[in-house]
Amino acid sequence: MRIGVVTFPGSLDDRDAARAVRVAGGEAIALWHGDADLLGVDAVVLPGGFSYGDYLRCGAIARFAPVMGPLVDAANGGLPVLGICNGFQVLCESHLLPGALVRNDSLHFVCRDQRLRVESASTVWTSDYEVGQEIVVPLKNGEGGYVADDATLDMLEGEGRVVARYLELNPNGSRRDIAGISNARGNVVGLMPHPEHAIEALTGPTTDGLGFFTSILKGLVEA
Amino acid sequence: MARVVVDVMLKPEILDPQGKAVEGALGRLGLEGITSVRQGKSFVLELDGEVDDARLAQLHELSGSLLSNPVIEDYVIREVTA
Repeated sequence: MRIGVVTFPGSLDDRDAARAVRVAGGEAIALWHGDADLLGVDAVVLPGGFSYGDYLRCGAIARFAPVMGPLVDAANGGLPVLGICNGFQVLCESHLLPGALVRNDSLHFVCRDQRLRVESASTVWTSDYEVGQEIVVPLKNGEGGYVADDATLDMLEGEGRVVARYLELNPNGSRRDIAGISNARGNVVGLMPHPEHAIEALTGPTTDGLGFFTSILKGLVEA
Repeated sequence: MARVVVDVMLKPEILDPQGKAVEGALGRLGLEGITSVRQGKSFVLELDGEVDDARLAQLHELSGSLLSNPVIEDYVIREVTA
């Protein structure tokens, strides 16, 4: 299974995302922001970082990168896409996911091992988890506050599209403690914390994040 | 040469922690009676040629897609000078 990982100028976590794909048993394919070509991959990860310097708004310029043209079309057609942190911001700016991410209410950049509750196991990126399972993965963001209007939040909750919620502490002022959401079909998931940093005991606080990558690989095998 | 100024502000219902921090600082510096500060952005564009209707329509489109995110922000084209 070939999982593409996009590198934008300013991406930080593309290598870790690619490594997580490999540790889970997949083949990681490097995709370049300037190439309007997905190289026939089976799924795509938009990694964390500061694409285009996060100038203007986080993800606002990346949204118009050449690779995003075919990616948006493919995602609307069902291609699995996981956006982590900056990748989540890019997915919101691209309107593949509703809402937006704004500056942390504390104004501080937050870096911590964050406890989450997985709220949905019905996306292709979370099928290896149990609903209600608690996991701990790193979180590091300055603009991670998830906002949307009440009608959108009610819709996300009503349709089971809240994928993960913050436990113990809401690190950034996200509405309703939302850490991640999916699109209606469940193929596009955005997540502010970083599962790709929690895949090996040597470098991560846990290996709880690996499930996102094993989920997609199993999903693709069964598809 | 034409000059276009686009102002972008967070929508009123979106919390503005930067504005809150500035509000606190202004109060500490002795400004009395301050009840709110909202921080926005201003884009000053300089363009060759005239801003005709077609170009203005294009500027509106880009103001609502690139310069602002309509989910959280409003924009105003405040000034167009030839």
